[in-house]
Amino acid sequence: MNTPGTFNDASDHYLQFKAVQKSYDQVTLVVKDFNLDVSQGEFLTLLGPSGSGKTTVLMMMAGFESVTSGDILLDKHPITRTAPYRRNIGMVFQNYALFPHMSIAENLAYPLKVRKKPKAEIESQVARFLALIELEAFGNRTPGQLSGGQRQRVALARALIFNPSLVLMDEPLGALDKKLREQMQLEILRLHKKLGFTVIYVTHDQTEALTMSDRIAVFNDGVVQQCASPDVLYEQPSNAFVADFIGENNFLPGVVEHVSDDIADIKVSTGEVIRATRVDCGDSGSDKVTVAIRPEKLFILPTDHEYDSAITVKLTDRLYVGDFLRYFFELPDGTEIVVKYLNDHAAPRIAVGDEVQLVFRARDSFAFSPM
Amino acid sequence: MSTGNPAAVEKLSRREYVLAQRELRRKKMFALALVVPLLLFLFFAFVAPIGTMLYRGVYNPVVAELIPDTLQALEQWEGQTLPDDAVLNRLALDLKRLAQTRKSGKLAEEINRHWPGASSVIKSTARRMKRQTDEALLNGGADMIRVANKKWQRVEIWRAIKKAGQVYTDGYYLTALDLERNADGDIQQRESAQIYIKLYQKTLWMALVITFSCLLLGYPLAYYLANAPSKTANLMMILVLLPFWTSLLVRTTAWIALLQTNGVVNSTLMALKIINQPIEMLYTEFSTIIAMTHILLPFMVLPLFSVMKGIDPSLMRAAQSMGAKPISAFISVYLPNTLPGLSAGALLVFIISVGYYITPALVGGTDGQMISNIIAFHMQQSNNWGLAATLGSLLLVLILALYWIYDHFIGASNIKLG
Ligand SMILES: Nc1ncnc2c1ncn2[C@@H]1O[C@H](COP(=O)(O)OP(=O)(O)O)[C@@H](O)[C@H]1O
Ligand SMILES: [Mg+2]
Repeated sequence: MNTPGTFNDASDHYLQFKAVQKSYDQVTLVVKDFNLDVSQGEFLTLLGPSGSGKTTVLMMMAGFESVTSGDILLDKHPITRTAPYRRNIGMVFQNYALFPHMSIAENLAYPLKVRKKPKAEIESQVARFLALIELEAFGNRTPGQLSGGQRQRVALARALIFNPSLVLMDEPLGALDKKLREQMQLEILRLHKKLGFTVIYVTHDQTEALTMSDRIAVFNDGVVQQCASPDVLYEQPSNAFVADFIGENNFLPGVVEHVSDDIADIKVSTGEVIRATRVDCGDSGSDKVTVAIRPEKLFILPTDHEYDSAITVKLTDRLYVGDFLRYFFELPDGTEIVVKYLNDHAAPRIAVGDEVQLVFRARDSFAFSPM
Repeated sequence: MSTGNPAAVEKLSRREYVLAQRELRRKKMFALALVVPLLLFLFFAFVAPIGTMLYRGVYNPVVAELIPDTLQALEQWEGQTLPDDAVLNRLALDLKRLAQTRKSGKLAEEINRHWPGASSVIKSTARRMKRQTDEALLNGGADMIRVANKKWQRVEIWRAIKKAGQVYTDGYYLTALDLERNADGDIQQRESAQIYIKLYQKTLWMALVITFSCLLLGYPLAYYLANAPSKTANLMMILVLLPFWTSLLVRTTAWIALLQTNGVVNSTLMALKIINQPIEMLYTEFSTIIAMTHILLPFMVLPLFSVMKGIDPSLMRAAQSMGAKPISAFISVYLPNTLPGLSAGALLVFIISVGYYITPALVGGTDGQMISNIIAFHMQQSNNWGLAATLGSLLLVLILALYWIYDHFIGASNIKLG
């Protein structure tokens, strides 16, 4: 399992961040000890709450912000001191940043013109990319005459047309509505598969990150909390922040009773002792921990599922969401617990105020040191 | 792009059509009612004065009203020989009447413009005629006039009278364009001083220099303002707007204090031993240009600022990420996007400075005078309203022509003030 900041995944070290730090005001660090290793052709997402420093990392990569300390290496060459226009990095901006005074074709031709490519080559490349984004008929329009999704596609094509070593996308779909966003996600994935470029994608939308990425670097407070593939991130979060940020989770506060190997016995506020997988909590008795269990891994007794532990709770509310049901429970100390059930004949019939036992397996619950 | 199936659009019935028309008309009437006060104001404050000005440039009834009888008698006169006694008798009577009503000075002034030296001739003759009876003048006025001044024997003064007596005249326009009619009535370049064309050229030149100075100072400033944190930008904006809040006169006077021979600039330079002799800066073209640049700077900065404020800062970054060097990115991406504000600012400054009056009048001396100062001179000092109106009309034509050129090459739709 990864510990924050170091990743030993098999990688060809195409893009490397080595202990990169950034401070805007010479007082506080916005990015702290940032380490990352990206393979060529990989789709890597930086996922983190707003203000966590994602844009800052991208800007340092693109060369628009200086690196306070540390190194960024692209294809084993340090680029920290290279001017932005020499880095050959494509960039897709959240608000598209299309040139409003140029037609779509001129926008696409811009990076090629700057590179003084022959006219015929520019024309054929522009035509090829217009076809690729399925906007052949729109070459002569200006950006103002396109819809949001079309603009986004043009911005994408413009960032790809000069065959950059790396493509950076800073919340590129943030301005689109949900349906269009899903369409564009597929569009980006399609182009990524077809052209095989390396992507650093920034988003604060975890669903987007989970569906699109090869790997996700969960980012908070200037530090990578965990960098792993979506399924690992969801099923084996390496700390409480990741467990909370990715998907839905219940958190039970408790204290360590006993630790053996990677299983911890934890006493929760009801007085019951539960067993959970030990992740990053202390191992001496009376260390405070928080146990994370996903709503779909909790079951109400009686049940056919295996289980290692049980806690007694009281039902406070039940929410009907169509294809599934959500049960809201409360512990005596006020901790809330959500349980998710498929809405089928197996869904338990219990009434508000009933006391029931919730059960779960040790491998589905994780003991973290509290956030 | 599908725009809907046109066959699916349903036609309105006759009755619906009439109702829709009525509704439209009601809306239009309401909109009109809202702008009626403005239209009235515009008419009285704008259309009427400009119309009057244009009319005055060709309509000059002063002399015709002063000596109507003489002019009538002169109608048949060919202009080659001296007019006959009947005309002179009429003039004698007219002059007497003018002398009595104290209007001979006005006539003298008007005729003098066409034939310098006529003023004293007319005034002295009129004084003499005043003492005679109408009877005597009607019969022997001609002799008395000839006795009164030898210059009545010159054909030029009669030509001048006839010319000045024309109610509709192109004379002012010819004068304003430094042209004149020779004895045969053909238009030619005026042999005496070429004043006005040169002055127009100088005015345009100075307006151009002022516009460029404003652009040079204003563009970076507007860029800074548009990209600064809002707190700094607001403070700086107040500084930019400060000139708007202080009286124009105060600001211009401040420039006098700065630029005069013993002024702040000269004393400082001398104290620093950069110069030994004070430099003459006040009452020159330089002082006009520098003071007007200062005064007109906000007109450049404001439209530029508002346009730059709307430019997405990531455009420049996008251009650089695609491989453009900062200067090339600026020229190919930023500059074209500021063009609407730049045109608006430049056009504003240029047009305002072409017609500017007060600052050149105060700090320009003779060197830094612009066309408006000569217009003011003709209105206030030489009382030549006709010429003033003509010069003003030509200025208007000039500005419209410049605007047309601008529209033709850049497009007026590109102007953006906010
Ligand atoms: N140009 C800047 N100057 C000073 N502080 C900045 C600047 N850009 C971002 N910050 C600060 O750095 C932190 C991280 O910002 P950012 O990288 O934009 O986060 P994110 O993209 O994850 O929302 C924020 O606290 C933000 O206020
Ligand atoms: Mg951001």
